[in-house]
Amino acid sequence: RANDRELNLSYKYSVSTGVDYSFQTNVYMMCVCVYVVCMLYMFSCVYDNAIKTSKYNIFTFLPLNLFEQFQRLANAYFLFLLCLQSIPEVSSLPWYTTVVPLVLVLSMTMAKDGSDDMVSSTSTNYSIKTALFLILLSSSSRETNLKVKQALTVTGKLEDSVEKLANFNGEVRCEPPNNRLDKFTGTLTLKGETYSLDNERILLRGCTLRNTQWCFGLVIFGGPDTKLMQNCGRTTFKRTSIDRLMNVLVLSIFGFLMIMCLILAIGNGIWEYQEGSKFAAFLPKGVNAPFSAFLTFWSYVIILNTVVPISLYVSVEIIRLGNSFYINWDRKMYYPKNDTPAEARTTTLNEELGQIKYIFSDKTGTLTQNVMTFNKCSINGKAYGEKTEKVDFSWNNLADPKFCFHDNSLVEVVREGNPEVQAFFRLLSLCHTVMPEEKKEGELYYQAQSPDEGALVTAARNFGFVFRSRTPESITVVEMGELVTYELLAVLDFNNVRKRMSVIVRSPEGKLTLYCKGADTIIFERLNPSCSNLTEFAGEGLRTLALAYKDIDPEYMEDWKLRHHVANTAMDEREEKLDALYEEIEKGLLLLGSTAVEDKLQDGVPQTIEQLSKADIKIWVLTGDKQETAENIGYSCNMLREEMNEVFIVSKDMEIELLRTACMCQTVICCRVTPLQKAQVVELVKKYKQAVTLAIGDGANDVSMIKAAHIGVGISGQEGMQAVLSSDYSFAQFRYLQRLLLVHGRWSYLRMCKFLRYFFYKNFTFTFVHFWYGFFCGFSAQTVFDEWFITLFNLVYTALPVLSLSLFDQDVNDWWSFQYPQLYTPGQLNQYFSKRAFVYTVLHSGYSSLVLFFIPWAAMYDTVRDDGKEIVDYQSFALLAQTCLLIAVSIQLGLDTHYWTAMNQFFLWGSLSVYFAVIFTMYSNGMFLTLTSSFPFIGTARNSLNQPNVWLTMLLTSVLCVLPVVAYRFLRILLWPTINDKVRGRGSTHLSLVRQDKVLPPTPRRVQARRTSTRRSGYAFSHAQGYGDLVTSGKFLRRTPKSRPALFSQTDSPLAQTQPQFYRTISEREEPPLSP
Amino acid sequence: MGKAKANAGPLARRPDNSAFKQQRLPAWSPMLTAQTVLPFFYGMAIVCVLLGVWLLVTVQNTHELKVDYTHAGSCDKCFEKRKDRANANQSCNCTVVFNIENTFKGDVFFYYGLINFHQNLRQYMDSRDDGQMIGRNKNLKNPSYYCEPFIKDKNGLPIAPCGAVANSMFNDSFTLMYHSAAGSRVVPLFRKGITWYTDKNVKFRNPQVENKTLTLAQVFEGTGQPLYWQKPVYDLDPWDRNNNGFINEDLIVWMREAAFPNFKKLYGVLNRAIEPFTDGLPAGNYSVLISYNFPVEYFQGRKEVVLSTVSWFGGQNNFLPVAYLVTGCLILLLAVILTAVWWKFGKNGRNMKE
Repeated sequence: RANDRELNLSYKYSVSTGVDYSFQTNVYMMCVCVYVVCMLYMFSCVYDNAIKTSKYNIFTFLPLNLFEQFQRLANAYFLFLLCLQSIPEVSSLPWYTTVVPLVLVLSMTMAKDGSDDMVSSTSTNYSIKTALFLILLSSSSRETNLKVKQALTVTGKLEDSVEKLANFNGEVRCEPPNNRLDKFTGTLTLKGETYSLDNERILLRGCTLRNTQWCFGLVIFGGPDTKLMQNCGRTTFKRTSIDRLMNVLVLSIFGFLMIMCLILAIGNGIWEYQEGSKFAAFLPKGVNAPFSAFLTFWSYVIILNTVVPISLYVSVEIIRLGNSFYINWDRKMYYPKNDTPAEARTTTLNEELGQIKYIFSDKTGTLTQNVMTFNKCSINGKAYGEKTEKVDFSWNNLADPKFCFHDNSLVEVVREGNPEVQAFFRLLSLCHTVMPEEKKEGELYYQAQSPDEGALVTAARNFGFVFRSRTPESITVVEMGELVTYELLAVLDFNNVRKRMSVIVRSPEGKLTLYCKGADTIIFERLNPSCSNLTEFAGEGLRTLALAYKDIDPEYMEDWKLRHHVANTAMDEREEKLDALYEEIEKGLLLLGSTAVEDKLQDGVPQTIEQLSKADIKIWVLTGDKQETAENIGYSCNMLREEMNEVFIVSKDMEIELLRTACMCQTVICCRVTPLQKAQVVELVKKYKQAVTLAIGDGANDVSMIKAAHIGVGISGQEGMQAVLSSDYSFAQFRYLQRLLLVHGRWSYLRMCKFLRYFFYKNFTFTFVHFWYGFFCGFSAQTVFDEWFITLFNLVYTALPVLSLSLFDQDVNDWWSFQYPQLYTPGQLNQYFSKRAFVYTVLHSGYSSLVLFFIPWAAMYDTVRDDGKEIVDYQSFALLAQTCLLIAVSIQLGLDTHYWTAMNQFFLWGSLSVYFAVIFTMYSNGMFLTLTSSFPFIGTARNSLNQPNVWLTMLLTSVLCVLPVVAYRFLRILLWPTINDKVRGRGSTHLSLVRQDKVLPPTPRRVQARRTSTRRSGYAFSHAQGYGDLVTSGKFLRRTPKSRPALFSQTDSPLAQTQPQFYRTISEREEPPLSP
Repeated sequence: MGKAKANAGPLARRPDNSAFKQQRLPAWSPMLTAQTVLPFFYGMAIVCVLLGVWLLVTVQNTHELKVDYTHAGSCDKCFEKRKDRANANQSCNCTVVFNIENTFKGDVFFYYGLINFHQNLRQYMDSRDDGQMIGRNKNLKNPSYYCEPFIKDKNGLPIAPCGAVANSMFNDSFTLMYHSAAGSRVVPLFRKGITWYTDKNVKFRNPQVENKTLTLAQVFEGTGQPLYWQKPVYDLDPWDRNNNGFINEDLIVWMREAAFPNFKKLYGVLNRAIEPFTDGLPAGNYSVLISYNFPVEYFQGRKEVVLSTVSWFGGQNNFLPVAYLVTGCLILLLAVILTAVWWKFGKNGRNMKE
């Protein structure tokens, strides 16, 4: 059908097919994507070219959303209450007391869901632009990118002829959607012939094409079926420990509620039996005592429901959302270099950030920058690169201006023409799989598979051995200004087992040479016994790489090449055969020297680690690197120190032993860990230690760990987006972790706990007053307060002050939080909110409610107004009791507030003013005359609040509620001050200084202890196979590229920043001075 | 959140540097230090003690006399009579004698009190129709279902005022007699001005009719009187035609339900224009002539007559003065303890060191 259609050469063209999941998909459409990536989707809806990942549309939103919301227990409970209230015999409160909060809560949640849905659908649209999962039909890949993707030869012939593409007709059969990123199996049937499709032919969603001007593809999977989405789908819904505690508490509160109702119902039964029957003349009931008690039970369920306040859940959500926004807004977690602010991708885990006990960190790219610098080298036994003046490379017009080296003597030796040194750099410029790109004459860019390679080739370039271009058969190098072309005979590629790579080249003079570079230990085994002279770059945390060469006899080479060809085309055991061949030729090498490449730590990593360990957070480094490399990093991060003893655990199947040993250690570094094992380690700690864990990583291999931990943090902007996509928080630099935990996490935890404690306090106090009143009103489920007060207490009178407490409160500011990382420990120990704290809160409310009920009762008992008229009537008493309550809980809020911003003041005083404004309005003539039955309290405010004894009662209740708390807290600070009290005490004396910014944050003592006794070295080429195949295959250089205009210039691209061969200075751009 | 901003530059996504977003809002962080807490406690102690003393003096200057007449004096026979519902229509008068030792100076208020009468039962309290009492004609003939089971009388007429509250209106009446050497005389009481202004003028109104010439009885035509009442609502006060219907002050006072089962309600205020009551109630012998109608024996209740003077602080209630005194003393004690602890432990900030 597509063939009939007019082919549309837009970026956005959608494929409409009926996808049946037998995965027999006819090719209906060809899709054109020009240079970047196009959005392609299969969608079962024929004429719709949009992707719907949003849940709702305009019509289904209301019913669907309501249905979902009522599935939540809390909302369902309130619906149940509403039903109870509709039974007149039971209804102790008018319908609006439940409906108003419920509607408010539902509409707020609805608004949030709606906006979330809108955001998610727009973000989907955004990601569609990079969403791709297609079979590469043909491409013009002129150079490689990080992963090589090539079209099938048969489809490659289609080239970019629209005509041919439109006539393309084939059938693809493939595996069902799965999450294995590295595997794909399928077949393409074309004109009766079947071609196999593997990972090489597939572009995954989320990848970016580089150095490819165009490609044509066929979409196989779209949307949630893509491998990326299959990988990213959160398997478990994360909940915080506070959440879990709250669930337990809410259940026990339900139990408590039932007990209270039961007591009151029994009381009612007794009362009815003893007195009610005699009172029946005035109030005929027509029910017997047990049935009355039964009805009363439900009536009290309605009245006392405020112990399980519906607004709790909404408020918790709002607080978390607010605190997440603070993380997004934090300038101190914004990385200007690649314009990345921190991002809270999950808004429901904030307070858990204040309770972290274990951090699992990836190494490369997380602790380190994954940017290699060529620091030192040793050539022929002589070491270069001791820190001296910076080398001036201006003599070399092809030099990379960003490259720095600090030893002039090396340049001098090179320019003098020292043969060893020249051979050293020649090796570096030949033995690699780097791809050059020369946009303009003399402007070279290198594409390297690993950053180490780029660093080494760039070093050679600057020292006058400029790798200029390559073809499958040759490598062109400018050697000290002279263009030399070497014939490339073989590339013995790197892999994880070999840990070395070699090239065999023929020089213009016809000399055959094998150049080899590799991990020092590996190279040493293969050296000619006569040579053993390597300066070790010990104790400096550098990766050492040994370079060696060997001249080869041409006849032997002929033979070897033949055998190589045979092995290369072997159908089975190809790898093994090749390895054996490589092993054979890489023997008897002659050492040239060694290089030291440093993967620099990110800024502030040692300080961050020190701060975090002061906060009693255990940091485990899980890395795929080998032990030596990992140890290096450990030392340079201050995690390992000389005086520490080493414990190695090598064996498997010793989970508990591992855990026990590891938890006794100060520092744990796990090396050679696979991604799956990373997750297993996290699960292990989660399972046995009951501690809150955080995993931080930057790459795809950290995804499993990030998902497994309670909180996953992704380092953004380094190694692609996969870690970030599955993380809960993301930012650009490891050092921001300390701010995330010690400041944001701590505050979030503190605020959430304060909020919960206060919220339970105020609602329990509120509810208990009703409980006490039951004993005075014949357990008839009469409320103490005005019904409108009950409706508005949580939603209006106290909502904003408590929200401002939980959004603005700080016990100490961020400066002191850094100064005293110990402040973090209460969170780990669950000290601010636990079952115990909850019980204290309940007892406190019990006391307060006694004061708030019995003081007004006794004060008003049998008294009258100053003009002899009524004041102990129900309405006046209700007004008095509710005003006392509101004032007392407001003062309590004030006591809990440590950080009084203008907002706090405004909301607190504002809410009290609103309360008085509302009661005067509701008790006004106008309201009564319009809605007589809803506002029967007419005149109560005017007649009560002008009475001095009413105000004196309020004063007394407030004093009695508050002063014991003040006294207790004062004594506690005096006798058992916590670390917070101490720091706060110190903070207040230093406050003036801090305000003037004269006290600067302490520079954490950096322990410089580095051990010098053991040699540590490593070879960085540890990620994936190199480009050897591609380099020699020649496919990629089949033709000269067509000159299409580049869609973006590479230098301006943010990607350029991440290209490893650029040597960056690390100092972050200074923030401009803060505006006053 | 990476909102698209106008300034798309290299730092396009940099968060704003506002005090709010950076959590640097200027704030006041008070601490519970000895310098603030201790003076506050001493201050509060002094304030409470002084308030307590002042209130105590004020309350001591008021007078109150309670006379329980449930079956005191000759009321015993009436009490027995009211036990039988069948005698409901027979009137019963009795007298209770009491003595005032000290002159009640100032305005004297006459209350009736009820013990163990639960006006605060939810079902009882709800059983009223404010719409009817505000004079809505619709509600007059068709009272709210809240009034159940006192909506219609046995003739099927709507009850006005409907509901349990109105139905159980207190219907004893009192005549206070002063027995001096000059002979016995009735103590003059104002029977009006005993309600809240808002109740009398806003909350309770007689049904509005177009024809202003209609008598109240005609306005209420077609309604029945509450079951327990002896008189219809338009005939509650035979002496003052304007004190009838829903705006009858005794009815209004009764309709303001008490919060607790023991309560007193204003019956009248001493008319001080007449000698010898210009200064208040002189000391001497008094008696109350009671038209004993309200049955309390069903619910083991009691009835009393209360005579009281008031101060700016209201009636005679000693709780607040005593509570303030006790609280003040407790705070003082607490303050002393806190001072001692602070002196011993906190003064040199020893505990505050790490």
